[in-house]
Amino acid sequence: MEILIALIVGVLVAASVYLMLARHVLRFLFGLVLMSNAANLVIFASGRLTPEAPPLIPAGAYAPTQEVANALPQALVLTAIVIGFGLFAFALTLVYRSYQGLGTLNSDEMRIAEPVTDAAEPRK
Amino acid sequence: MSWLLAGPIIVPFVTAVFAFLFRAAPAGRWLSVIGSAALLIASALLMVEVLDQGVIAAQMGEWPAPFGITLVADLLSAVMVVITGITGLAVAVYALADIDESKERLGYHALFQVLLAGVCGAFLTGDIFNLYVWFEVMLISSFGLLVLGGKKEQLDGGIKYVTLNLISTILFLAGVGLLYGLTGTLNMADLHGAVQQVENQGLLLVVAVMFIVAFGVKAALFPLFFWLPASYHTPAFAVSAIFAGLLTKVGVYALIRTFTLIFTTDIAYTHTILLWIAGFTMVTGVLGAAAMNDMRRILSFHIVSQIGYMILGLALYTPLAIVGAVFYLVHHIIVKANLFLVAGVAERIAGSTDLDRVGGLYRYAPFLGFLFLIPAFSLAGFPPLSGFWAKYVLVKASLDIGNYLIAGVALAVGLLTIYSMTKIWGYAFWKPHPAGIEPRLSRLSRHDRAALLIPIASLAALTCVIGFFPEPFVQFAERSAAQLLDPSAYVSAVLGSADAAQPAAPLALLEDGQ
Repeated sequence: MEILIALIVGVLVAASVYLMLARHVLRFLFGLVLMSNAANLVIFASGRLTPEAPPLIPAGAYAPTQEVANALPQALVLTAIVIGFGLFAFALTLVYRSYQGLGTLNSDEMRIAEPVTDAAEPRK
Repeated sequence: MSWLLAGPIIVPFVTAVFAFLFRAAPAGRWLSVIGSAALLIASALLMVEVLDQGVIAAQMGEWPAPFGITLVADLLSAVMVVITGITGLAVAVYALADIDESKERLGYHALFQVLLAGVCGAFLTGDIFNLYVWFEVMLISSFGLLVLGGKKEQLDGGIKYVTLNLISTILFLAGVGLLYGLTGTLNMADLHGAVQQVENQGLLLVVAVMFIVAFGVKAALFPLFFWLPASYHTPAFAVSAIFAGLLTKVGVYALIRTFTLIFTTDIAYTHTILLWIAGFTMVTGVLGAAAMNDMRRILSFHIVSQIGYMILGLALYTPLAIVGAVFYLVHHIIVKANLFLVAGVAERIAGSTDLDRVGGLYRYAPFLGFLFLIPAFSLAGFPPLSGFWAKYVLVKASLDIGNYLIAGVALAVGLLTIYSMTKIWGYAFWKPHPAGIEPRLSRLSRHDRAALLIPIASLAALTCVIGFFPEPFVQFAERSAAQLLDPSAYVSAVLGSADAAQPAAPLALLEDGQ
């Protein structure tokens, strides 16, 4: 199971790096989403995968009586998913707004903040 | 005690809510000023307590460490929170004149306060996953502040800022996941002990390097700094100033915290990497600044180069070097924020920050020239201003361990910093204005003049105080460095005196049970 998850993480990261190398900002964003999901899987697998052991505490007990799955990574992943979703929504809006404002999504052409024609010395 | 620790986080959040509710009224901006002043008071109370009691910790929600989220304040955290309060108040006052009503209606003040809350949270948390959450709080509000107004340059710079910072948070998150997998704990004090028992030290080093990269992007280290000069000159001046003062320094703080508390198992390896990074960061930053032609862009590149000095202190990892890093951190936040504020006034009265299109500021606004010279000389390291002592300590620390190369680099970079500052001085202050404008301070309304100049003058005065009376500040930095190099006080404050955590056991059990 761990090996399978590790392979999935590897494939996701490879795909996301491929997407991020594109000049198109939207592709870059999709790469970012894949990468954040890969990170979530890393956390999930770090907590060790224990199938068929739900983290339930029997009635009347204060702690699990037998071995149960680790619930913490799931809480962490849930937090990370929520945060990642918010950030992605913002980034998508920003990209859309930039497309409206700049008329392009090619990162090579986004040179308004840093113009190509920078003079090294002020004119006298 | 827990209220003292939570105060600097709660105050800005509450202020943010009210500032958002009153965003359309003038009350909103005064709420922001009052909230920032309250933050400064809360941070001062925390500082008094830390000076008095040593490291203090509080468990949120009464969950005992290492299971719950801990807030911890040692001297470094406390001083960073105080500096956040000072810079926050200065910029909130400055924003009274700098932020126009359209930006206020979009919620500038609320975002600003959330940013302060995120920064304070990052300084105070004792839990590495919680640190990630605070980074995100800080990031999302900084995204908003950066693109507020929606000018083309802002969108352009914003894309680069957002995307590169998102990559860094993902790396950070993956690093946290792997670290948890190795040690079974997320509490930083607990991690300090747990990493010593990790069998797979090679993987631990990989995680350490992931943290260097992740925090390196935040702190704008070589070669990961490209988002900073692409974006910091685009937003409003108040936003630039608070970013320049605080945001990268949160990355530096996180590096100092993790690489003195957690990743100290193979100092020869990790801190050598940091030393090389520090050298290249200093040099590339200052050379980039020399090639720039706009006040804010020059100053942005100087942030990069100055970050190198702080990392140099961390990388040398001697008591004196850590003293230098802490002192530099404190001095730099004040000076850098102040320089951006001065650039804002220059733009208001002379019409631009482009060195081609300004001039005559010394002739017509000599007071502004004076206020510029204090932080500029301090940045370059002129005695007796604060930057001199910071650089002096770091150079002495490098010479003490016989690393003459890095000491030489640090001195040469200081020299090149003077070059950039004289460039700004020559073109913006001495040269006559190319369009024949007389950039007088009296062009500003009375209200604007007070709101813009009082924060600048106060921060400049603080720079002078640190410079003329460095003794208490250096002593403070020495105590703080001692705490960082010997984290036993930190660990026992968080975990209690009985160090009874057996962190690796639970996860190993799960593995065996399969």
